[in-house]
Amino acid sequence: MKVVVCTKQTPSTTAVFSIKNGIVSWDDPGGKPNVVNPWDEYAIEEGIRLKENHGASDVIALAIGGEESKEALKTALAMGCTGAILVSDDAFAGSDAVGSARIWAAAINKIGDAKIVIFGKLTIDDNMGVAAMMTARKLGWTPLTFVSAIKSISADSITVERLLDDGKETVTAPLPVVISVVKEINEPRYPSFMGIRKANRAEIPVWKAADLSVNGGTGAAASKVDWSHIFAIPPRVGSVEMIEGDSIAEQVKILVDKLFEEKVI
Amino acid sequence: MSGVWVWIENSNGAVAAISREAIGVARTVANELSEELVGLVFGHQVSDVADAAFDLGVDSVIGCDDPTLAPFRVQAVGPLLAQLVQEREPSVLLLGDSTRGNDLAAWVAAELDAGLVTDAIELKVEDGTLKATRAVYANKLLSTAFVTQGLQIVTLRSRAFPQAEPTGGSGSAEWVDAVVAEDEIPAKVTGFAAKEGGVSLTDASIIVSGGRGVGGPEGFAPVRELAEVLGGALGASRAAVDAGWIPYEHQVGQTGKTVSPDLYIACGISGAIQHQAGMRGSKIIVAINKDPDAPIFSMARYGIVGDLFQVVPALTAEFKARLGK
Ligand SMILES: Cc1cc2nc3c(=O)[nH]c(=O)nc-3n(C[C@H](O)[C@H](O)[C@H](O)COP(=O)(O)OP(=O)(O)OC[C@H]3O[C@@H](n4cnc5c(N)ncnc54)[C@H](O)[C@@H]3O)c2cc1C
Ligand SMILES: Nc1ncnc2c1ncn2[C@@H]1O[C@H](COP(=O)(O)O)[C@@H](O)[C@H]1O
Repeated sequence: MKVVVCTKQTPSTTAVFSIKNGIVSWDDPGGKPNVVNPWDEYAIEEGIRLKENHGASDVIALAIGGEESKEALKTALAMGCTGAILVSDDAFAGSDAVGSARIWAAAINKIGDAKIVIFGKLTIDDNMGVAAMMTARKLGWTPLTFVSAIKSISADSITVERLLDDGKETVTAPLPVVISVVKEINEPRYPSFMGIRKANRAEIPVWKAADLSVNGGTGAAASKVDWSHIFAIPPRVGSVEMIEGDSIAEQVKILVDKLFEEKVI
Repeated sequence: MSGVWVWIENSNGAVAAISREAIGVARTVANELSEELVGLVFGHQVSDVADAAFDLGVDSVIGCDDPTLAPFRVQAVGPLLAQLVQEREPSVLLLGDSTRGNDLAAWVAAELDAGLVTDAIELKVEDGTLKATRAVYANKLLSTAFVTQGLQIVTLRSRAFPQAEPTGGSGSAEWVDAVVAEDEIPAKVTGFAAKEGGVSLTDASIIVSGGRGVGGPEGFAPVRELAEVLGGALGASRAAVDAGWIPYEHQVGQTGKTVSPDLYIACGISGAIQHQAGMRGSKIIVAINKDPDAPIFSMARYGIVGDLFQVVPALTAEFKARLGK
C-alpha cells in the first residue's frame, strides 16, 4: 500500500512580512525563512507511522511549487518518507484552489496505487483549508477531513475519528481515501541525523505539466479567484491604557467600569 | 444567474450560531444585489429549522428532509447542493466556515469547478461582485479576494459578522428529494461524542486565557473561574498546552484556534507572534502580566501590570458583585 503526503513550503511562523506594490516578501529574524507548513508536519508524521505500524510500503511526499519547495520535501525525507516528488511548471503558477486540486489528482494518479493521501489541515500562507476535500472530489475518492486519530485500517477500509466543531465523530470508509489531519493526531518527530544526511543526497524528481494528464485548466488563466490585493493589517487604533491605582481592588474596579462602558460584558 | 443562497447548518432542530451570522450577511448581500434570499435547510426532521430560517429573514427555503442527511456527510449533502445549483443557477452561495461548512463549500466548488473564497472576515458588494477581506500569511496580512466568474462561493469566519435577528417572518418551504441513496454513500458514521460542557472557543463572545504565567495545572483555577463568571470560554497559550496543563482544544494561536470574541482577557501570556495570530481579531483585549514590557500590552486596549494570582481573583470578585452572581 502506498501513502502520499502533500506538503508545502511556507514562511516560518516568526517571519516578518513586508509588502511593496502588492508583492509580499519576508525574512526571519531567527534565520529560518521557510519551513514545512506547520500543519503538514502532522501529515508527514502520520504517513510515516502508516509505514511503521500498518505496513505501508511507500510514503511519498508530494509538493507543488518552485525549486525552493524541495526544502520542504527534504525535511519530509529526513523525517522518514521513502520518496519525494516535486511538481513544478510555470504553467501551474497562479492556480486557484480547484486548479491545484486538479494538479494533485493528476500527480496522485501518476504515482499510482496510492490508497491513502494525507494533507495538512491548512496552509498558513494562503489559509484556504480546502485542498484535501477538493482533491478527493477530483479523484472521486472519499474525503475524511479534520482527522484526529486513525483507529484502524484493513486491506480495504479505514476507520478514523474526526474533530468537528461540536465533538468527535467516528467514520468508516472504504479505501482509497484522502484525509486531512489536525494537530491532535500525533507528535511529529524531529528529523534524525542520518535522515538529514540521506535527504541531502536524495535526487528529487521533478514532474512537469507534460508529465501529467491534468483534467481541466490550471494556472492563472484558469483561475476563478483573484486574491492579488494583499495589504498590511491596519494598526490597532489607540494605544494601550494601563490601569493604575492605589490597590488592586481599585485597579480592577476601574477596569470593570471600562469594560461595562465598552459594552463587551 | 440569480439568487443569494445561504446554507443553514443545524442540529437537533436548531440553527447553528454561525448560520445565524451567515443569514445576516446574506440578507445584506441579497438586498444590495436586489436578489432573492434563499435558505438551504438540509437534514432529518428539519421543518422547525425551515420555520426558524423564515423568522431570521430568508425569502424562501429549499429544504431536503431525509435520513441520509443527518448526521451531516459531505458525500450526501454535496451532490444534493451541487445538483440544486446546477438546476437553478444562483449567483451567490454563502456558508459559515465551520468544519462542515468548509467541507461542503470545498466539495461543491470542486464538483462545479466554481470559484471559492474561504474564511471571510469582512464582505462588501461592488458591481455585483462580493469582495471578501480575509487573513493570509499566518493572520499577519490581509487580502481582498473575490470570484471572477460564475457562481460566487464564500465562507464566513465564525463571529466576524453580527447574527440575523428574528423578524417574525414565516413561509412554507419547498421540499426536494435527496439525490443519493444510503447505499451510494461510502462514508458511514458509527459514533459521535459531543464536546462536553463549557462554551466553545470559536463561538464565545468572551474568552479568558492563561499562559505559562499560571505556573501549573492548578494555576488555571482562577482563570477558569473568571471565565465562568463571565459566561465565557477558557483559552490558553501553546506554552501552557505543551506543558500539559490544559488540553490542546483550548489553544489559541497559529497552531490552535483563531478567535474573535468581543473581549479577550490574557492572563500570564507574553503575546508571542504566534499567539497574536489567533486572537488579533478580538474587539477588546485586556492583558494582565507582571512584566510591563510584555509584548501583549502593545496590542491590548487595557492592561494591568501585576501578579495574575492577585489580579484575576479580584477581578472575578468585582464581576460577581456587579453581575449579582
Ligand atoms: C510553529 C509554532 C507555532 C506556534 N503556535 C502557537 C499557538 O498557536 N499559540 C500560542 O499561544 N503559541 C504558539 N507558539 C508558541 C509561541 O511562540 C510562544 O512560545 C507561546 O505563545 C508562549 O506562551 P506564553 O505567553 O504562555 O509563555 P511565555 O512567553 O513564557 O509568557 C509567560 C508570561 O507570563 C507572565 N507571568 C509569569 N508569571 C506571572 C504572574 N504570576 N502573573 C502575571 N504574569 C505572569 C510573564 O511575564 C510572561 O510574559 C508557536 C510556536 C511555534 C514555533
Ligand atoms: N503547493 C502545495 N504542495 C503540496 N501540498 C500543498 C500545497 N498547498 C497546499 N498543500 C496541502 O494542502 C493542505 C491545505 O492547503 P490549503 O487548502 O491550501 O490551505 C496543506 O496542509 C498541504 O498539505
